[in-house]
Amino acid sequence: MATKKFMYLNRRSSFGTVYAIESLEVVLIAAAFEQDVSLAFMDDGVYQIVEGQETDGIGMKNFSKTFHALGDYDINKLYVSKESLEERGLSESDLMPLVYEDEDDDWEEKPSIRVVTNDELKAIMSEQDVCLSF
Amino acid sequence: MAQICGAEVDEEGFLVDLKDWNEDICKQMAQDDDVELTDEHWDVINFLREYFEEYQIAPAVRVLTKAVAKRMGKDKGNSKYLYSLFPYGPGKQGCRFAGLPKPTGCI
Repeated sequence: MATKKFMYLNRRSSFGTVYAIESLEVVLIAAAFEQDVSLAFMDDGVYQIVEGQETDGIGMKNFSKTFHALGDYDINKLYVSKESLEERGLSESDLMPLVYEDEDDDWEEKPSIRVVTNDELKAIMSEQDVCLSF
Repeated sequence: MAQICGAEVDEEGFLVDLKDWNEDICKQMAQDDDVELTDEHWDVINFLREYFEEYQIAPAVRVLTKAVAKRMGKDKGNSKYLYSLFPYGPGKQGCRFAGLPKPTGCI
């Protein structure tokens, strides 16, 4: 099977709608088929990977933990819009420290999150075969 | 809906409510599948439960294999070994015994 470049664009916050959790679900399915998968977070989507989410009070599954598994699924390209972070008073240090182990570099842990400008994100999106927006 | 030891299961035999799980349910599921549970089975079942607790998902077989290799050594982290324990698939059957949902992406 030929490998395609899939990008999943996340623009909504974690809870309140099903978009975030559905996107993550589809991402894991695509990864099981060994496609080249990347994720992008912009607008309120950046809240999905903020550190320290707590869902006990709203009775929902805290699926933010699942983002830590993405490295094991060989998903290690998580682009985050710099502008969207700034507009919300957030910075990279507010995000979960998501990492992957680099097979080609003695399994060294490397960061999966890459903060990029919207212009850079636009260029990365144009390289994709498929871009799905959630 | 079908039940195992008083706990509801779906049409594929997975627990409806993860909190219902206990070792007796696991043993009953294994017996129904003609699998005799050994310490090796429990290692993987416990691993699956810990994995779910940490990441809130049931791992895909590929990920499970890699993770078992890392945790328990290369001789156990391969699909031949895992399939010898769980003939219907380490993901599908293992997760069912462990009380987890069916792995995402598992068909």
